Amino acid sequence: MANSSSIMDSFFQRSLDDLIKGIRLHSPESSTSISSFLSKSIEEIRREIKSTDPQTKSTALLKLTYLHSIYGFDISWAAFHVVEVISYPQFNLKRIGYLAASATFNESTEVLLLVTNQFRKDLSSANDFEVSLALQCLSVIGTSDLCRDLCNDLFTLLSSTRPYVKKKAIAVVLRVFNKYPDAVRVCFKRLVDNLESSDPQAVSAAVGVFCELSLRDPKAYLPLAPEFYRILIDCKNNWVLIKVLKMFGKLALLEPRLGKKIVGPICEIMEKSMAKSLVFECIRTVVSSLSDHESAVKLASVKIRELLAEDDPNLKYLGLQALSDLATKHLWAVLENKDVVLKSLSDVDPNIKLASLRLLMSMVSEDNVAEITKVLVNFALKSDPEFCNEILRSILVTCSGNYYEIVFDFDWYVSLLGEMARVPHCQSGEEIESQLVDIGMRVKDARPELVKVGRDLLTDPALLGNPFLHGILSAAAWVSGEYVEFSKNPFELMEALLQPRTNLLPPSVRAVYLQSTFKVLVFCLQCYIWQREEVDASSLAGDLTSLGIDSKCGLQSPESRTLSTHGAIANSEQNLESAIRDSNWPFEDFDNQDALQENHTSALSETEISTQDPVVKLLNLTETAVVPLIWSHEVEVQERARNILGVVQIVKQDILGVGAMHETSGKKDFEVCEITNLFDDLFEEELGPVSVNAQARIPVPADLIFKDNLTDLDLIYSDLQLSSSTSFSLGTSRSREEDNDPLSNGQGREDLESSTISGSLLAQHRKRHGLYYLTSEKDETGSNDYPPATESKYLDKNGDEVNDLVKLTEQSLTIKKRQNHAKPRPMVVKLDEGENFIPAKKLEIKDELLSGAVRDALLENEEVSTSSKFSEAGKPSVERKGKETLVIDGPPDLREHSVTADSEVGNSSSRRSKHKNHSKERRQHSHGESGEGKEERSRKEKKKSSHHRHSRHKTQEKQGSSNNASNQTPQIPDYLL
Amino acid sequence: MIKAVIVMNTQGRPRLTKFYDFQHPDKQQELIRTLYSVLCNRPENVSNFVNVDSIFGPDSQLVYKHYATLYFVFVYDSAENELAMLDLIQVFVETLDKCFKNVCELDIVFNYGKLHTIVDEIIFGGQVLETNSAEVIRAVEAISKLEASSTTNRFVPKSVSSWRR
Repeated sequence: MANSSSIMDSFFQRSLDDLIKGIRLHSPESSTSISSFLSKSIEEIRREIKSTDPQTKSTALLKLTYLHSIYGFDISWAAFHVVEVISYPQFNLKRIGYLAASATFNESTEVLLLVTNQFRKDLSSANDFEVSLALQCLSVIGTSDLCRDLCNDLFTLLSSTRPYVKKKAIAVVLRVFNKYPDAVRVCFKRLVDNLESSDPQAVSAAVGVFCELSLRDPKAYLPLAPEFYRILIDCKNNWVLIKVLKMFGKLALLEPRLGKKIVGPICEIMEKSMAKSLVFECIRTVVSSLSDHESAVKLASVKIRELLAEDDPNLKYLGLQALSDLATKHLWAVLENKDVVLKSLSDVDPNIKLASLRLLMSMVSEDNVAEITKVLVNFALKSDPEFCNEILRSILVTCSGNYYEIVFDFDWYVSLLGEMARVPHCQSGEEIESQLVDIGMRVKDARPELVKVGRDLLTDPALLGNPFLHGILSAAAWVSGEYVEFSKNPFELMEALLQPRTNLLPPSVRAVYLQSTFKVLVFCLQCYIWQREEVDASSLAGDLTSLGIDSKCGLQSPESRTLSTHGAIANSEQNLESAIRDSNWPFEDFDNQDALQENHTSALSETEISTQDPVVKLLNLTETAVVPLIWSHEVEVQERARNILGVVQIVKQDILGVGAMHETSGKKDFEVCEITNLFDDLFEEELGPVSVNAQARIPVPADLIFKDNLTDLDLIYSDLQLSSSTSFSLGTSRSREEDNDPLSNGQGREDLESSTISGSLLAQHRKRHGLYYLTSEKDETGSNDYPPATESKYLDKNGDEVNDLVKLTEQSLTIKKRQNHAKPRPMVVKLDEGENFIPAKKLEIKDELLSGAVRDALLENEEVSTSSKFSEAGKPSVERKGKETLVIDGPPDLREHSVTADSEVGNSSSRRSKHKNHSKERRQHSHGESGEGKEERSRKEKKKSSHHRHSRHKTQEKQGSSNNASNQTPQIPDYLL
Repeated sequence: MIKAVIVMNTQGRPRLTKFYDFQHPDKQQELIRTLYSVLCNRPENVSNFVNVDSIFGPDSQLVYKHYATLYFVFVYDSAENELAMLDLIQVFVETLDKCFKNVCELDIVFNYGKLHTIVDEIIFGGQVLETNSAEVIRAVEAISKLEASSTTNRFVPKSVSSWRR
């Protein structure tokens, strides 16, 4: 009965096609009905999948897999059913099982333990496609356990005579090595053997695997360089060549002599190949790894120019990218193409624009930075917000590079920062903020201009409303407070810092504002007191000339100030007065507006009482503005507000007291003076930059105990995120994106154009048929031309601007002799020079395991295979000690022995390496060329060299004494290509 | 290495998803939505590469091609050549076209299984294993034949719909 019911189930079960049709019926309607349909289907599937009938069960699983991959249903609950379906003998059902497993299984799937035997069974199947299913699945879901258990089966498959199975077995090795590095000991040799296979597919697969492996840790695969070199020379398959080039790109960086070997073949390919992808790969290899080879770089730059001339945006983009890689070492190549680069800045393609911007920034130098940035900032104003910010960001990064290396005129740069802050859409607030503060601390000479720029920013009420600029305002406030002595008008500054709209600022910025208020206030009081002292002095001395007063000022200056600073203070003291006059404060009795210096004394003495007024006004202003803040919920704000208020009240009492007494009654005056001096001393210490390594220099206290469990950190972090996200509004670009998102507009009509698609697709194919970036070896003779790209619809709306740009930068971009600057570059304080801040870079443990295993495997393999050869040949080998070592006394035609005492071996070996060189030369002289076949030679040599390296552990004791002890074992093997 | 292969239509509905690093299904859907919002905002006639480091983690590139109502998207890392990936999309589409005789979106919607077979023949665990579409088609046809033969000896039809045809 059970059986017949399952047959009925099977009869009336909905197939995947039925499910899809059902979904399509629902999709144009509202999303609620589709979701209810889907959940109903899932219910149905849950019932069906329990069926004992294989067909019913697997159909249910197929539907489930579909829903998983298209609608994102989590189907991990069905894992056991997947295992069951995999175990069915029917191929079509098994396939469904494997498909589901590949899509849903992962490290945490418990039932994986159950599939090992099924995998093993399928791997040994006589049916290629069954084996393929298992391999395919293994390549995606293989865990370390699974890989360990199936390692031996894989080993067998690696030398399979069935090409279809073999190539897949080779490819799966990548996963196995990554998950279970010990597999290297078993499979590595066979993998290497496949590099020499006569089956091109096996070679291709093996090269693919080595490419992946060596990109992660190139060093371990250096010994295989001769093999790769042979493939580079012999192989005609573009896909394989690309992979080999990728590997050489990494290997050549580790072993410079390799570069010399490969540069020739690579140039040849670059010149002859018709496949753009291969040519591009050659360019990239030359640019990244062979940039010391002049001729290759020249050729590459010619090829890059060809790419740039293409109308196809893809090729143009890649050309620009290659050019920017070249920029660091070969700027001439970029300059040669500067017109294209500049034109590309206004391309419609965002990729191209960005690449062009990067290139433009690479051309920036000390001499042209001002012009280029000026043009760029103007260009940014006209660009879309995203690109505008990109421009600002790259200007900031370029100019601040290596402690503002290319900035000569800091006054210019500081005002540029101010200008950039005002660019609409500017989102680089943080960077500008930190640079403003950083320059303040590092560059003394830039401070007056900084304060000026800071003032302009602070007094601009429009900026307060833009949350992206709050950081910049905070920096401006800090700078104005810290370097207030350069301020032309502290009163104005005070007003700006205390303006009512500052309540728009976040508390952290407000706290900075308050602190700056405090500094400015103290500065003003200080000025006031000096002024009074001056007045006293003048009333005592009678009519002194202004000169006399100046000298008195010098004498009276507090010890805490240096003479030069005092000059600045005295200067701003006068500014203070004039500002007071300008700002409508009661100073009717000031009659001398212009000849200030001349009438200094008389003016002051006439108004000695009135001078208190502005100070009192200032104190009142501060008090009024700060009082509400003492109830702030933010401790930083509240505390600083209370401090300020306390000082204001004390000082006000004293000053009013002094005013009441009318004349200098030494005692009271002294008190105010003392208080002010006290606070002034607080800010006397100059703040400076902090070394990046500062923290590291402090030893960790012995009694410091770190918390092991940092779970509460998440809690704190989430609080932080919450507050920051609420205080900032969304940028315009973001919200626009959301508006456009059609997903939110419900499902569109899916197959509106399904009838036309095939036609257009075919047209595309016809147009493109055979004309690919990558010509396959078969049609190598056929199409040599890259298809003409679609007519570029380059709207010339930006044309004029670009032309301007081209013109403007025309001169500045050519390499000039360094100009003689009128004034010397200001000193920039640097702390970290010469200290390399090297972040501890560690390979992942797994990678280490893998490369270790590979190294061992390479050595072991070669030992076995070469030892017999060796005894046959009967040639003596030379071994050396420890890490260093050996020159092979091998066949006479070994010409290029590794001499290497590179960075690897280090100083300790330098003495020895000299010896080695000698011995090498000797050998070279003593042996003539022999007529051995080239290929065989290289193979033999490779093996020997590897053998030596490897056997150093074991054989060194045995043979060491009998050999030339001065020779050394290179860490890097010989390349006898 | 190829990290993912995604085919989706111009409304953002996925038609084929293949991730070679495991991703939770919710994450998959999120990635697809993000990719779609990136792709649908790109103008026509611009380059086909997009840097997706921010979406797929460091060292991620994306190449896509837009055919009629479909986007074909490959996500890959620095071990692959950009232009070769662009070609691979071409190979893939060409293979589809040969398999389905003038492929259209409907073919892709209703041939879920076959689509996977084709992708699996071209890309194996993230590595490109076959770039010749004739070879791919040969393997796909052999697999279809094998599937058919393993069903014929059953007296229950494969499914109601196939019975209806």
